[in-house]
Amino acid sequence: MAASPADLSAALVLSPVPPADWFVVLPPAWCLLAGSVLLMLRKKRRLQPLLAIPALALLVLFDALLFAHVLENGPVTMVMGRWLPPFGIAFTADLTGALFALAGGLVALAGGIYALTDIDGEGRRYGFYPFLLLLMAGVSGAFLTGDIFNLYVWFEVLLIASFGLLVLGSERRQIDGAIKYAFLNLVATTLFLIATGYLYGIFGTLNMADIALKAAAAREWLPLMTLAALYVLAFGMKAAAFPVNFWLPASYHTPRIVVSALFAALLTKVGIYAMMRVMMTLFPLEREELSLLIAAAGAATMILGALGALAQSDLRRLLGYAVISGIGVMLAGVSLGSPGGLGGAIFYALHSMIVMTGLYLAAGVAGRLAGTFDLNGAGGLHQRSALFSGLSLMLFFAVSSLPPFSGFWPKVMVVKAALDIGAWWLAAAILLAGFLTTIAFGRVYLLAYWRPAGAGRPAGDGRIPASAMLPIAAFAALALLFGLLPEPLLAVAQSAARGLIDPAAYIRSVFPGVT
Amino acid sequence: MNSLILRTVAPFLTALMLLFSVFVLLRGHNEPGGGFIGGLIAASALAIYGIANGVSAVRKALWFHPMSISAFGLFLACVAGFLSMAFAVPFMTGLWVYPVVLGVEVALSTVMLFDIGVYLVVVGAIISIALAMEGREGEGP
Repeated sequence: MAASPADLSAALVLSPVPPADWFVVLPPAWCLLAGSVLLMLRKKRRLQPLLAIPALALLVLFDALLFAHVLENGPVTMVMGRWLPPFGIAFTADLTGALFALAGGLVALAGGIYALTDIDGEGRRYGFYPFLLLLMAGVSGAFLTGDIFNLYVWFEVLLIASFGLLVLGSERRQIDGAIKYAFLNLVATTLFLIATGYLYGIFGTLNMADIALKAAAAREWLPLMTLAALYVLAFGMKAAAFPVNFWLPASYHTPRIVVSALFAALLTKVGIYAMMRVMMTLFPLEREELSLLIAAAGAATMILGALGALAQSDLRRLLGYAVISGIGVMLAGVSLGSPGGLGGAIFYALHSMIVMTGLYLAAGVAGRLAGTFDLNGAGGLHQRSALFSGLSLMLFFAVSSLPPFSGFWPKVMVVKAALDIGAWWLAAAILLAGFLTTIAFGRVYLLAYWRPAGAGRPAGDGRIPASAMLPIAAFAALALLFGLLPEPLLAVAQSAARGLIDPAAYIRSVFPGVT
Repeated sequence: MNSLILRTVAPFLTALMLLFSVFVLLRGHNEPGGGFIGGLIAASALAIYGIANGVSAVRKALWFHPMSISAFGLFLACVAGFLSMAFAVPFMTGLWVYPVVLGVEVALSTVMLFDIGVYLVVVGAIISIALAMEGREGEGP
């Protein structure tokens, strides 16, 4: 130990870190901390929600402050352990990451509140709230990290937490869904890991900004096309894109409804986010080459998702197909790659997170009121509660992308971007998928809500608890708000897309010296 | 396992292995070792105890639920990261103090705190798996 210490000053962060930069690491770090405390107290069933819901509210606050910080100052970076990138693991939040993290925090808070009624003492003993916070650690970490191997690690964190949530209660049906889900997701993460190992072999670095710089410098002789194709397959599988989407309808209807809501809102969007980040920032030219493939997969995903939704009679399965249909629109936006198309995809992803959560939670209430999730058996929901029926109708309009709700504007953006480059078939697919979704949800409304409850149909619990109504009403209101006043979010989504298309500011935030 | 030899030896073996695991944990900063491998050694020590004397004996000896031990480890590791907030350095930066205890300089650091956290996470996680597998049906976690 007598060796003279090497001069590390060139590799270390030596200036003090401004407190505002901490918001980059706070969301995942806070979730881990709060999750560990909840795990220690998991026998205290009454205490769990009392601690978890304020913790989730704080998470939303941190995400909101991070978003405000990024909106004002551009991308923010913090490197772990004072090592400068590319040696230290960088957390870099740009507008896209901050927007996704904020929406994810809102979804988790709504899920935490709804779980007051949906998750009983047994579910709490199995650790619903610790799993929820660990899931959010993984999701926020994936949205905010600037290191591709670290992204893989967060994928694993959220995957493990999601396994726990999926088998909450250990019913036979749940285990069946969980095995399909686990196997196919493990295949996808393994592909992701293989691609990342290959990438490290090529570049010798895992920092995304560093890779973007090196890839731009040596594009001609590196096998980047292979890498890009592997990543598209891995993230497409995560996002449930056709033809690797079959795991989603097989598993999303089995867990508790609040778990389905969280999965539908968060997990597929993490896949889409990762695809945007990797394909736009690291491999823009390769994305250009693959754009026809991604567009075709997107068109097939949205049409087949909508057709699947039409064919289902179980409300929860129907919603699973609606999730898939939405993924198609986002893929179309990624394939276009223009500020309009990509901005539309980002906006649509945020809309989908909010609206799909609302829909799943509403489906939970509908199932409770009607006593069944089967559309052929349910009925008379409008008679039971006109307010709930109205809120559901708002969400149905929003998911069908009808004005004046939030789904309308991003679709307009993507359709316009598609028509701008002459991809009329993509625009037509988006419109057709929207039309089919409208029919599918119109059918739900007619059968389960509008049709009077017949004699002999199962009757459920008559009351709607406030903790179930509150998140549904809040998300329906958000969908209406962004439908009526889309301008601010449109502007933010477009500037987020521009940040992805031209990552100069992102790279400068990691390597301040690079111009 | 019903073997007199194993039951007689197990407590000594367990104690020795636990001591060794702490040694491996502490030497890990500069030499081979560390929280992960130390935790594995401690978990195998407890597993041997479980094979000799049964699952309930291990649960009684641990006092805390294995999952709570894991959670406490995760908590320590997080705290080690959050301590750097007070010193205006990036998350997870190693911070050192050198208090002199009885004339000996003891190097304490957040790195060590983090490693102890890893140790506890590994002990808790592996032991809860091992106990669930050794335990009889219906005696799950």
